[in-house]
Amino acid sequence: MNDIMNITTKEAGKREMTINMGPQHPSTHGVLRLELVLDGEIITDVRPNIGYLHRCFEKYAEEVGDYSKVIPYTDRMDYVSAMNQEHGYVTAMERMLEIEVPERVEYIRVIVAEMQRIASHLLGIGAFGLDLGAFTPFLYLFTEREKILNIFEKVSGARLLYNYMTVGGLMRDVPEDFKTDVAEFVKTFRPKIKELNDLLSYNKIFIQRTADVGVLPEKVAFNYAASGPVLRGSGVKWDLRKNDPYSIYDRFDFEIPVGSGEMGTLGDSWDRYIVRVRELEQSLRIIEQALDGMPDEGDVTEAAPKRIRPKAGEMYVRTETPRGELGYYIISDNKGGPYRVKARAPSFVHLSLLRAISRGHLIADMIAIVGSIDIVLGEVDR
Amino acid sequence: MKEPKEIFEYLIKEFGEDGIHFETGDTGEPWIEVPAGNVKEIMKFLRDDFQLKFNVLMCLSGVHYASEAALGVTYHINSTVNSAKLALKVKVPEEDPVIPSVESIWKTANWHEREAYDMVGIHFKNHPDLRRILTAEDWEGHPLRKDYVQQEFYQGIPTGE
Repeated sequence: MNDIMNITTKEAGKREMTINMGPQHPSTHGVLRLELVLDGEIITDVRPNIGYLHRCFEKYAEEVGDYSKVIPYTDRMDYVSAMNQEHGYVTAMERMLEIEVPERVEYIRVIVAEMQRIASHLLGIGAFGLDLGAFTPFLYLFTEREKILNIFEKVSGARLLYNYMTVGGLMRDVPEDFKTDVAEFVKTFRPKIKELNDLLSYNKIFIQRTADVGVLPEKVAFNYAASGPVLRGSGVKWDLRKNDPYSIYDRFDFEIPVGSGEMGTLGDSWDRYIVRVRELEQSLRIIEQALDGMPDEGDVTEAAPKRIRPKAGEMYVRTETPRGELGYYIISDNKGGPYRVKARAPSFVHLSLLRAISRGHLIADMIAIVGSIDIVLGEVDR
Repeated sequence: MKEPKEIFEYLIKEFGEDGIHFETGDTGEPWIEVPAGNVKEIMKFLRDDFQLKFNVLMCLSGVHYASEAALGVTYHINSTVNSAKLALKVKVPEEDPVIPSVESIWKTANWHEREAYDMVGIHFKNHPDLRRILTAEDWEGHPLRKDYVQQEFYQGIPTGE
């Protein structure tokens, strides 16, 4: 006690303070605790503490003894982009089983996956703005996201956790007006991107809060295995849909937007943000092409195997989710269920690089940085 | 250099045949098994060699091989320069599960290794911060071991249903 009482003001100024941000904090996007070591208002170190949402995904997958019963659990990893999570898992299983998937199924999967990417980015962008005090864009974007969820509800019966894709096919065919619904959405959504840019992207306050904040150089990004918009924000043209194509992505014509340091330094928070905004347009392009190419007839369950029992072996299959590279490492020992499933979640990896990009910034910038890497805690903790 | 077989032969030339095997399953992808002793040197070589340039560690997974009484780590590495992928495996006996950390080669290994320690109980030598990551600090046992039995009480609270 005496120790504390006797320090002089000068000494007190030198002392570092450790404070908690979270586990319950409006801008941690879930249950995340950041231990911040502060020198005044400047962050000298940050230690993320995770695990609050751990639901034993991997243990469950091993114990359940049935490959198809893992699918609903993958939904619950990244709960705002459930379609993409399922897509990765069923792709992995189909490669293990060497199944050819019908054309119609592939097209429907790509359409819903890209719609999900838009929905997820809308949430990510909206919440990012919200964290920095921009309330209006969030509401606008949620209106648009709602339209996608309505279409998904018609398709799968659920709004958030779909359990729609199965190994080799889909749970059921899409409703008759699916194509017109999606085409209508694409038409009405495109002008909203411009609105978003006027409202948020080029807003002066927003730029001042995000430009030059949390700069992630290319070399550090590779060292920390960053992927998705976080890697592309640092100017690296790397997208698994093009670089390691899965499903039928090699048939579509689209671009990979990358950051260029337009508003500040290459790889800052604004660059990561704008990559997501520009991906919205690219996803729309893929959806349009997929709508054109999608066969009207075809049984979506015909290729689904009655019994899923891959031969002994193992595989690591990666797909591009809205947050980056989602990998499933599956070991089969020729039984009905997997011997081991490891999910390599992009948010988990991105959260680990937080320390590298936030030191030296102010506390308020921490909010911008966490928002810009767009984590979902369900996926971090699994 | 892209094919796993090619890379395997290149590796033997550099490190000798001792303990390095090329293996395949009945389905899926092949992998290269390397000895735990010089895993760090091999990884460094894979990253820095001008023909290989595996600059990204995509995934590091801990696995319990119950029938062999062994614990293992699988490294999935990726070269964005050559668009190549490779899987490497290290196995160590259950009673002495020590593997050198590759954190100094790829920083991303830090959290992955913490997870492998937490879930299957592998000790990574020279890891700067080897703590549990997903479960509580004072949790008992390693949940992803096949013989894992969940503790009945955690701080006086029943953990079962």
